[in-house]
Amino acid sequence: MPDDTDIGGPSARFPSTRHSAVLAAQSPDLLERERGLAILVETYWKPAYKYLRCRFGETNEDAKDLTQGFFARAIEKDFFDGYDPVKGSFRTYLRTCLDRFVSNEKKAALRLKRSPGTPLLALDFDGAESEVSREPAAPDRTMEQYFHDEFVRSLLALSIEKLREECALRGKDIPYRLFERYELDRDPEEQLSYDRLAEEFGIPVTQVTNFLAFARREFRRIVLEKLREITANDREFRDEARSLLGVSS
Amino acid sequence: MRWLSNRTVAHLRRVAEWPDLGTTKYRLLGELGRGGMGTVFLAEDVMLERRVALKVVATGIAAPEAAKRMLREARILAGLEHPGIVPIHDAGALPDGRVFYAMKRVDGKRLDELAPTISLPERLRVFQRICDAVAFAHAHGVVHRDLKPENVMVGPYGEVLVMDWGVARILARPEEATGRGPSPAPEDSRTAEGSIVGTPHYMAPEQARGAIERTGPRADVFALGRILQFLLRLDSRPERPLEAVARKATAEAPEERYDGAEALSSEITSFLDGNRVLAHSESAAERAARIFRRYRAPILLIAAYLAARTLLLLFGHP
Repeated sequence: MPDDTDIGGPSARFPSTRHSAVLAAQSPDLLERERGLAILVETYWKPAYKYLRCRFGETNEDAKDLTQGFFARAIEKDFFDGYDPVKGSFRTYLRTCLDRFVSNEKKAALRLKRSPGTPLLALDFDGAESEVSREPAAPDRTMEQYFHDEFVRSLLALSIEKLREECALRGKDIPYRLFERYELDRDPEEQLSYDRLAEEFGIPVTQVTNFLAFARREFRRIVLEKLREITANDREFRDEARSLLGVSS
Repeated sequence: MRWLSNRTVAHLRRVAEWPDLGTTKYRLLGELGRGGMGTVFLAEDVMLERRVALKVVATGIAAPEAAKRMLREARILAGLEHPGIVPIHDAGALPDGRVFYAMKRVDGKRLDELAPTISLPERLRVFQRICDAVAFAHAHGVVHRDLKPENVMVGPYGEVLVMDWGVARILARPEEATGRGPSPAPEDSRTAEGSIVGTPHYMAPEQARGAIERTGPRADVFALGRILQFLLRLDSRPERPLEAVARKATAEAPEERYDGAEALSSEITSFLDGNRVLAHSESAAERAARIFRRYRAPILLIAAYLAARTLLLLFGHP
C-alpha cells in the first residue's frame, strides 16, 4: 500500500482472525479493542472524508480536520460502544454519529480540540481528495447513498490490496496480475480474450482460465471476510452482502 | 491503495458474486439475470458442449434455507417434464458452497417484452400454451404461485416456457395425483400460514392474505386472468368476451373462478373458433356479429349468389 494510511500497525491492517471488528471495538480487552478500531478506521475514513466534503460542503482542510477529529474522538470517547446491532447496521450508526459530531463541532466551534496525547491519525487525505474530484457525487444520489457507494469503494479497494498481498505471499503473482489485467485495467471497449491473455502472459489458455477462477474465488472470499469483520452479527452480514454484491444501482 | 472508478466498482461487485465453477463441468460465460433468491448465469457444459443456464443461490441469503429452497425448486422442475416447463439438467453444490441447478438455456423474449409486438390471436395462442403448462403442473399437484408475464419466455420458434418455480406450492405427491415421477414432499412448514409469496398485482386475494391452505390451483387461475388482462389491454378496444373471461378468472372468490387452467384455455379456444364464450352473455347484435365473423365466407357466398339471382330475375328476361 504505497500511498495509503498506516494505522494501527501491520497486525491491525491484516487481521489474523475473522472476529467482528465492530464487537472487538466494544471489547474491554485493550488489544482486541485496538484491533477492532483500527479495522473500522481503515474501512470508513475515506467514505467519512468524502461524505463530509459532499454533504456539508466542507473545504478540503476542514473535512480533514473533522475526519481526524471524529475518529480520534470516537476512539477517545468510545463512540462505538453505543452501537446496538438490533437497531440497524453499523454503517448507518457511524454515519449518524458523524452527522451529530459535525453538528456539535459547528455549534461549539471546537474543531480539533482533542485531548493532549491523542494521536493524530496518519490518513492519506491527498489521495482521498483526488478521488473526490475524479468521481464526484452524482446529482441523483442522496448523501446516504453516496456514503454507501464510498463505503463499497473503500471495501473493494481494501480487498484488492489484500488479494495482492496474499498472492505475493503465496507465490501467486501471475493469477493476481491476470486478475488485475482482466478485471481492473481492461478498457470497456477492449475485446480481451483468454487467448490474447495467454499470449501476453506466455501461458496456456487453460491456465488463464484456472488462474482467473482462482483469483476471483479468493477475491470473493476476502470481500466476504472483510464484510464479516465490519458487521456485528450474521443478520447484518447477510444484509450487507446482499446490498453489496452484484447490485450496480 | 488502488483507486477504483465507478465502472470498476460496479464490475467488481458482479465479479464477487460470480460462482466458482472451478471443479465443475461448467464454464462461466456471463450473467443472465437476478431474482430474489438467486442469480442466473450463462455457462457452457464443457462435456456436452452446450450452453445452459445456471441458477445459483444469491450471497446474503441464509445458507441452509436458501439451499433447501433451491433444491426444492430443482426437484419440482425435475418432476414436471412438459414442453412448456423449463427442463432441468443438473443440481448440486459449487466449490464455494452455494447450491445451484442447471437448466435449459432459453433463447427468446419475456412475454412482457414480446406481447406488444405481436397480434391478438398470437398473444392468445401464447396464453393458451401457458395455460397448458400450468394445467399440467396442477395435475401433478404443483401450484406455481408467481405467474406473471416476466416469468414466461417465448422462444424464436414460438415455444412457450413457464419459468421461476421458486415459490411453487406442492399440494400432493405426484404418485397421489397422477402416479408419475419423483417430487419433493408436500407443502409443510416451508411456507408458513400467514406468510406471503408472489407478486402483488398477480396475486389472488387468498394468496395476498397469506391463507396458504386456500392457495390452490385457482390462485394460479387468478394470475392467468391477470396475464390475460395484460395481453388484452395492449389493444385500444379489447374484445368484450375476452374481458369477461379475464373477469371470471380474477373473481374475488376462488369458487367463482374457472376451476382450472384447462377450463380457462378452452374459453379462449371458443373465442378463437368463433363460438360462444361461456363467461359472456352476449347481446343479439354481438351474437349476429360473432356468427357473421365465424361464417363470413359462406355467408358472403350465399349473399353473392342471392344478389346474382335477384339481378337475373329483375333484368335477366327480355
